[in-house]
Amino acid sequence: MKKYLYFPGCSLKGSGKAYEESFLAVCKALGMDIRELEDWNCCGATAYMSVEETKSYALAGRNLAIAEREDLDVIAPCSACYLVLNKTQKALKENTEIRRKVVNALKAGGLDYKGTVKVRHPLDVLINDVGLEKISKLIKNPVKGLKLAPYYGCQIVRPYATFDDQHDPVTMDKLMKAAGAECVTWPLKTRCCGGSLTGTVPEVGLRLAYIILKEAKKRGAGAIVTLCPLCQFNLDGYQGKIASKYESVDMPVLYFTQVLGLAMGLPGSELGIKRGIISAEAVLAGGGLR
Amino acid sequence: MTENKSKKETLPRVGFYICHCGSNIASMIDVLEVQKYAAALPGVAVSREYKYMCSDPGQEMIAKDIKEHKLERLVVAACSPNLHEETFRKAAAKGGLNPFFFQMVNIREHAAWVHEDKKSATEKAKDLARAAIARVRFHKSLDKKRVAVDPNVLVVGGGIAGIHAALTLANAGKKVTLVEREATIGGHMAAFDKTFPTLDCAACILTPKMSAVKSHPNITLWTYSEVSKVEGYVGNYKVTVTRKPRFVKEDLCVGCMECIDACVFKEPKFKDKFNQGLGKRKPVYIDFPQATPKVVLVDPETCIQLKTGKCKQPCAAACDRKAFDFNQKAETKELQVGAIVLSTGFKTYDVARSPQYGYGRYPGVYTALEVERLVNASGPTSGEVVLRDGTHPKAVGIIHCVGSRDAKTNKWCSRVCCMYSLKLAHLIKEHSGAEVYNFYIDMRAPGKAYEEFYDKLLGEGVHFIRGRVDEVTDWAMTPEEEGKLVLRVEDTLAGFVRRIPVDMVVLSTGLEPQPDAQEVRRRFNIGCGSEGFFQERHPKLAPVNTFTDGIYIAGACQAPRDIPDTVAQAGAAAAEALSLIDAGFVELEPNTSHIVEEECSGCKTCVPLCPYSAITFDEAKKKATINEVLCKGCGVCAAACPSGSIRQNLFEDDEIFSEIEGVLAK
Repeated sequence: MKKYLYFPGCSLKGSGKAYEESFLAVCKALGMDIRELEDWNCCGATAYMSVEETKSYALAGRNLAIAEREDLDVIAPCSACYLVLNKTQKALKENTEIRRKVVNALKAGGLDYKGTVKVRHPLDVLINDVGLEKISKLIKNPVKGLKLAPYYGCQIVRPYATFDDQHDPVTMDKLMKAAGAECVTWPLKTRCCGGSLTGTVPEVGLRLAYIILKEAKKRGAGAIVTLCPLCQFNLDGYQGKIASKYESVDMPVLYFTQVLGLAMGLPGSELGIKRGIISAEAVLAGGGLR
Repeated sequence: MTENKSKKETLPRVGFYICHCGSNIASMIDVLEVQKYAAALPGVAVSREYKYMCSDPGQEMIAKDIKEHKLERLVVAACSPNLHEETFRKAAAKGGLNPFFFQMVNIREHAAWVHEDKKSATEKAKDLARAAIARVRFHKSLDKKRVAVDPNVLVVGGGIAGIHAALTLANAGKKVTLVEREATIGGHMAAFDKTFPTLDCAACILTPKMSAVKSHPNITLWTYSEVSKVEGYVGNYKVTVTRKPRFVKEDLCVGCMECIDACVFKEPKFKDKFNQGLGKRKPVYIDFPQATPKVVLVDPETCIQLKTGKCKQPCAAACDRKAFDFNQKAETKELQVGAIVLSTGFKTYDVARSPQYGYGRYPGVYTALEVERLVNASGPTSGEVVLRDGTHPKAVGIIHCVGSRDAKTNKWCSRVCCMYSLKLAHLIKEHSGAEVYNFYIDMRAPGKAYEEFYDKLLGEGVHFIRGRVDEVTDWAMTPEEEGKLVLRVEDTLAGFVRRIPVDMVVLSTGLEPQPDAQEVRRRFNIGCGSEGFFQERHPKLAPVNTFTDGIYIAGACQAPRDIPDTVAQAGAAAAEALSLIDAGFVELEPNTSHIVEEECSGCKTCVPLCPYSAITFDEAKKKATINEVLCKGCGVCAAACPSGSIRQNLFEDDEIFSEIEGVLAK
């Protein structure tokens, strides 16, 4: 099987620890050869680009240059990292002036950037490299009775729709159905979760998160399943504030890798199930899972 | 003018003429300098400049000089030979010179228009002039060949364009074969209820023309048929047509439709393509009551007899004319025609490419073509606007520009959507009383009486919101939105985002090339634009001609267009075909290749290379032979021949080498 590098970014080492745990556990169970990128640094997130464009590309480009030392695809599970790394690749390809500056900066650090590395998302790798057929064979414990609202967030499909549809992405739906879950049909798959506004302009950010949670509940979902650490953080972590401002929704927000891991028969303890602020125990128990 | 008499008398006497083209050439090239330069070149007897060489005085000057100065060769430095080569050949002939003792130099498109430095552009013009003067002395006297034109015409595609072209040609006394892929002619227009801006009934104006096609003594109508092969050349095309089996003998069926009643399927069960899948049909069917020819057909995908061979065939039993033939096979026919009119039409944009509008996900979302059937008195609901769930809409949103004017899908404006959206708005309101909202980017109503129609709609209380709809969603933000489809749109006139709840959404889909336009284009050896519509020879001056002589295009296969423009274009295509046929002959360019038999080794290298199948191998002589009528002068064979035994007129070795030497010599 193909080998991969893995770029965790800050979230997967902190607030999104459950994502890292479940992602790596699933990769292991699938027999994937995956290794953390050595000496990686902050991707710069989406904010730095707007402040210092060239420096932000140099920052993100350093990770790409390190990855390029080996001829392997690099998987970035965090949506912001995925977007920033791809955007950096694109900018360095299209803007010769920025490329010259960034390549020189990296050279000063002993790195050589050529623009050959492919930045991949776990969904893309699971669907297009591993394949649903192989994954389906490893589903030992299908999560029957679990009704999920697949929520993709914005950055995975905007502005670049790399492996899924921009308006109606379906790859996570396919994986969740393969895991035995039922997926609700809803039009808010890529609607804003509030992003950083939950912290900076809470009256706007909280409302945006509330809209997602409320609609998922209205459509009968037992849990939201997502692929972005910031989405998970906003939807899960702010439910207390949302309850006091609007109403209590009580909606667990899981990573798709957690659900996939459970369906593959991995123990919840290896998948960070208990790390969620809104407990998923009850809904998972309803699906015959713990 | 500069005269130059003391040059080597052995060289043919060349006349050189350079054109200012107003300021087109003169603004970037020092015309006088080039004229003086050419005057001093070997063999040049006369060198002149003139403001517009293509004008009558310019041509007269050339003809007069040829006689007075006994010119033997002519070089004109002006625009592209595509524009005026023929003009100056005629000027040469008028002066008594063989028109092929002439070479044109393109210093406008190849120099003046593509450079920014006058000095360099002038030098380039000199180089090009020098090359032409060097080559022209090797030119030979050539003649154009005349070939007779077959007076019969093929029209491909039986929509309103093909119908009109076929009738025009047939009325002029030409024998026309009209080939249509579907089982009936009529095309998209047959599916429409009313036409804009007059709101006259589409069937009422179309079906008389359909009947006229069927009954015209000069028209052979082949529906359910496709052109599979085209050979030959202008005036003499050989066309192969495949006629698909209907499993019903066309000459016996009278369209009584008793077979349809008798079918083992008591109720229609299968999606009715003519009704956009909104209605149902049986395996034996006819598209619509006025289908032409009025002959039933059997669908092999759904007919039990054709699928399993195990049906009692009550349909065949019900036919007292014994028209059924379940063993019918596809038939191949050959035709000889002089001209071909292509009117193969369009397809509508596939709304699956715009998932944000929820087609297929929300049953209340319809395409415009579906709504055409829904408001049509002969449609599946007899004109009643009733939704898939059986309810009647209280509010309807019409989204313009779906798959048009969009960098992500199709960039072009589809031209008809604004107007048909207005028409559908009027009809929906008339048939259902619903509130109707139009969501548009710009209202484009440029045809005769179109703006007035828009004005009429404004007066009817139809709502117009300027903005491209972002999405159609069933996510309700307020209790009023519950159970509705909500259109989210930035109202660019009001300056804020609006949410409009409706019960029905109409997607005004744009027009696209047919899915097999590329195959068809190759089959007929014509071109396509980058978007895939058939390419006209000139966007303004030859809009129905193609780059292949004798093949004309009409209607939406060339670009999106409405019925009036389509009919005008079909008439123009028919007129072009008539002018070709009634001339009786075509003149062929003499720039063809020929074999020097004594040098041909018979290696056959050239035979498969010819893109026009003009080369055959003479087994008796063991030599290749070129049909000069089929040869288009591409030069592939001449370049490939290992023994150099293929020569091409106007591109002989001494002509090309002297031109190269000329352009390189400073």
